[in-house]
Amino acid sequence: MNDVGAEAQSVETHLDYKPSTMSIVFKRMWQLRMGVFGFALVLALVLAAIFAPIVATHDPLEQDILARLTPPSFLEGGEDAYFLGTDQLGRDLYSRIIYGARISLTIGLSAVLVSMVIGVLLGLSAGYFGGKIDAFVDFSVNAMLAFPFILLAMTLVIALGASMENIIIALGLSNWPIFARVTRIETMKLREQEFVLAAVAQGLSHARIILKHILSNLAAPILVIATVEIARAIIRETFLSFLGLGIQPPTPSWGLMLAEGRDYMLTVWWLSTLPGFAIFLAALGINLVGDALRDLFDPRMRKG
Amino acid sequence: MRNYIIYKLLHAIGVAFVISMVSFILLFYTADPASMLLPETADAADIAAFQKDLGLDQPLIVQYGRWLARIVFEGDFGNSWVAKIPASELIGVALWPTLKLALIAQLIATAVAIPLGMVSAVKRYSIIDNITTFIVLVGQAMPLFWLGIMLMIVFGVFLKWLPTSGSETWLHLILPSITLASFTLPLNMRLVRSGMLEVLSQDYVRTARAKGVPRSAVLMKHAFRNAAIPLVTVTGVQFGALLGGAVVTETVFAWPGLGRLAVESIQVGDFPVVQGVVLILSGFTILANLAADIGAAWIDPRIRFN
Repeated sequence: MNDVGAEAQSVETHLDYKPSTMSIVFKRMWQLRMGVFGFALVLALVLAAIFAPIVATHDPLEQDILARLTPPSFLEGGEDAYFLGTDQLGRDLYSRIIYGARISLTIGLSAVLVSMVIGVLLGLSAGYFGGKIDAFVDFSVNAMLAFPFILLAMTLVIALGASMENIIIALGLSNWPIFARVTRIETMKLREQEFVLAAVAQGLSHARIILKHILSNLAAPILVIATVEIARAIIRETFLSFLGLGIQPPTPSWGLMLAEGRDYMLTVWWLSTLPGFAIFLAALGINLVGDALRDLFDPRMRKG
Repeated sequence: MRNYIIYKLLHAIGVAFVISMVSFILLFYTADPASMLLPETADAADIAAFQKDLGLDQPLIVQYGRWLARIVFEGDFGNSWVAKIPASELIGVALWPTLKLALIAQLIATAVAIPLGMVSAVKRYSIIDNITTFIVLVGQAMPLFWLGIMLMIVFGVFLKWLPTSGSETWLHLILPSITLASFTLPLNMRLVRSGMLEVLSQDYVRTARAKGVPRSAVLMKHAFRNAAIPLVTVTGVQFGALLGGAVVTETVFAWPGLGRLAVESIQVGDFPVVQGVVLILSGFTILANLAADIGAAWIDPRIRFN
C-alpha cells in the first residue's frame, strides 16, 4: 500500500490555503512522537515474546476451573492473582496474551520472510531480464491478486493441514505479489540507470550486477514494505485462527482467544476485547515503525 | 478502446483459468471424498468402486477437465457432500446477502473517504486532516473482526440499540456493513488525499486558477476527476480483499452469505461447496478488476495506449 499512499512532502498546491507554520510544526512533532511510540510498542512486543516465561505470571495452559471467568483485577470482582482475569477454562488471560506475542511474531516474521524471498527473486528476474520471464511474472502477480487472499490462505491451509508451519507457508505463498510488483518496477527503473549500464558495459556477470548494483538499491523500499507486511501477516494469522483454520487450541493465539471469547460476549466482554487490543497495539506499533523507516530512508516520501 | 477491452477480457479469462486450476488441485485433489461419503464399514473394494463411479481413478487432467466442463457448460459445481443437494443451490441462496453487504460497505467507505480525503488534501494540517490521518492509522491496525465484536458489545450488548446477528431487517445490516467498510476506508482515504495533493500541484490547476475559474469548479472538475483514477482502480483491485473481509464479517455477525457458507463447509469438509464459493468469489474479483481497468481507461484515455 505504501507505493500508492506516498506523496511528496514538499508539494505546493495551487490553492489559496496555506497551512500555518504552527500546524506544520505540530504535525512534524506529532509524527516524531508517533515514531518513538511505535518503536516502544514493537520493543515491548519483542521483549514480551522473548522473555515470555519471565514476564508471564502463570503457565498459559494451566487451568483453574474454580477461578474461571474471573474479571481483570482492576474491575469489580477481580483477583490480584489474575491481572487481566481468566478465560472460560480458568487460564490466566495476561499470561496467554504474553505467550500469544510469541506466536504472532514468529508467524509474522517467518511469513513475510517467505513472501519476501519469493517476491524479490521473481521481481528481480522479471525486471532485469524482461521478455518472457517478465510476462510470466506479471501474469502470475495479476492472477494471485484476483484470488481473494483469505480464500487462498484458507484453501492452502485446508490442503496442507492446520499447523504453525503450514500457516506460515500459506500466508507466505499468498502474499509474495506485493514484493514482486514493487521489486519488478524498481528493478526496471534501475536497469536503465547509467551506473547499471556502465556495469553491463564492463562485462560484469548478471548475478553480480543484480546483487551489487540493483538489490543494494532496493533494500530500503523492500524493508519498509516488509515492516508493514509483518503487521498485516499478524492480523491475517489471527483471521485464520479466528475462523478455526489457524493455530489450534490450546495454544495461545490472539485470534483463537478472540474467537473463544466471542462465545462469552454477552456477559464477559473483556475476554474478546483484550486479545483484540493486543493485536491492535502490535499492528499499530509495527505500522508506525514502518512509517518512521520510510521517513528515514526517503524524506521526500513523507506523508504530508 | 475496443482493442484494449478485448485484451483485458482475454487476460481476465486467462486469470480465471489459472485460478480454477490452482484451486482444483489444492482443494479437490487433496480431498478424500471416500472417507467423507462412505460408511466406515466400507472395504477396499467398495472404495475402489466408489472412486471409479466418481471418476476419481482418472488422471488429474481428466478430472479437472470434466469438472471444469460441468461448471462452464452446466453451472454444476457438483453436489454438496453434506446437504446432498447441488452446491450451486446453496451458493445461489448465499450470493445476494454477500453482494449486498459488500456493495453497501464499499458505498459507505467511498462516501466517507471522498469528502474527508478531499478536505484533508485541500486544508492540509487542519483538524480534519489530522482526524483523517488518525483514522487511517487506527484503521490499518484494527483487525476487522475485532472491530465487529467491539461494535456488537457496545451497540448490541450494552446499549441494546442494534441486533448483533441475523439478517431479518435492515437494522441487521448496519453493524456488519460498518465493520466491513472500515476495511477499505483507510486505503481509500489515503488515495483520495494523496491523489488530490498530487493533482492540485499540477500546472493546469494553476492555469485554471489564474484564468479565474472558481475554486469549487477547479476542485470538482479539474482536480477530482483526475484524483479519482487511482480510487477507481484500487476499488476494483480491492474488491477481492473486500470479499475476503466479507468472509470474516459474516462469520462474526452470523450473516447468511457466501463467507459463512464457506467457513461452515470447511469445518465439515464439504469441499464441492467450498470450491464453488472460491470460484464465485474469485470470479467476482476478476470482474471487478476488469471493470476497474475499463473504467480507468474510460476516465483517463492515456491508459488505453499503454
